[in-house]
Amino acid sequence: MSDPYFIAVSAITIASAIIALEFRELIYGAIALAVTLLGIAMFFVLLDATFVAMFQITVYVGAVVVLIIFTIMLVRREAWLRLDEGGRRRIMGVVVALAVIGLVGALLAGSSIARWQASESAPTLIQIGEEMLTYYSPAFIALALTLAASVIGALVLAKVERGGGEASDSEAGEGVMGSEEGEARGAVGEGEDTRWGKEREEER
Amino acid sequence: MAEILDYTIVSIILLAIGIYGLTVKRNFIRMLFAVEIIVNAANLNLVAFSRLMPAPNATGQTFALFSIAIAAAEVAVGLALIIVAYRIYRNIDIKGLKRLSG
Repeated sequence: MSDPYFIAVSAITIASAIIALEFRELIYGAIALAVTLLGIAMFFVLLDATFVAMFQITVYVGAVVVLIIFTIMLVRREAWLRLDEGGRRRIMGVVVALAVIGLVGALLAGSSIARWQASESAPTLIQIGEEMLTYYSPAFIALALTLAASVIGALVLAKVERGGGEASDSEAGEGVMGSEEGEARGAVGEGEDTRWGKEREEER
Repeated sequence: MAEILDYTIVSIILLAIGIYGLTVKRNFIRMLFAVEIIVNAANLNLVAFSRLMPAPNATGQTFALFSIAIAAAEVAVGLALIIVAYRIYRNIDIKGLKRLSG
């Protein structure tokens, strides 16, 4: 525990993880999540895994967080800021989290990994490449197919269907406006948004 | 150089924060944040074990790379689900999504 870099990076990572979950404004939460992911990347650098750190920054901070931020901007509403988690729920969450820390911590304290001698040499990039393209090449191909499938699935899910998409919500879609008008204004028209929001609130 | 136990402790704390988030939060996007934090705690463990085991090997780093790629796919699908749910319910409070179960 003597490494000052390690302590600083742990403090940044854990603090920003808590901020990401607790900050009221969702956008700032997403930025705090980016800081958490950068902190993990710094851990990877401390562990001599620079390639994984670079991958982490490119994929997570570069793609995932930007995607999350754009989604938040797309679906953002003030009402979420008033979502009440409830004191009892929060207490239960803290109890569960502490129980996880206690149980797994006790398990670790009883194990022998504290006495392990760390090796001097780090795995090199060449080793990673060889392993990924020889022994793990089936997993590599499966991963490529999984990524393709998930991208196609996400596109299909998020696709705005011409005419029929909004009407699948309820009869409200057809009652309020004609389908041509709905097409012309797109899925995120402002008046449509507030009107439907009110209907939703009345339903409850 | 920090010991492997230190890395596992940080990882456990991140895991507990993520579980807290999944338990308490009712906002779909917030829950996605919590899942991301949990996945990253796991990746940290993989890389730490890959470097600090008595016999170093690249397997942990390879697994971390796979895990990062799969988490990215998971986020893409999760965000698409959020957009669909928002389009249908105009809300991403998970209490409102109970109707999705049919």
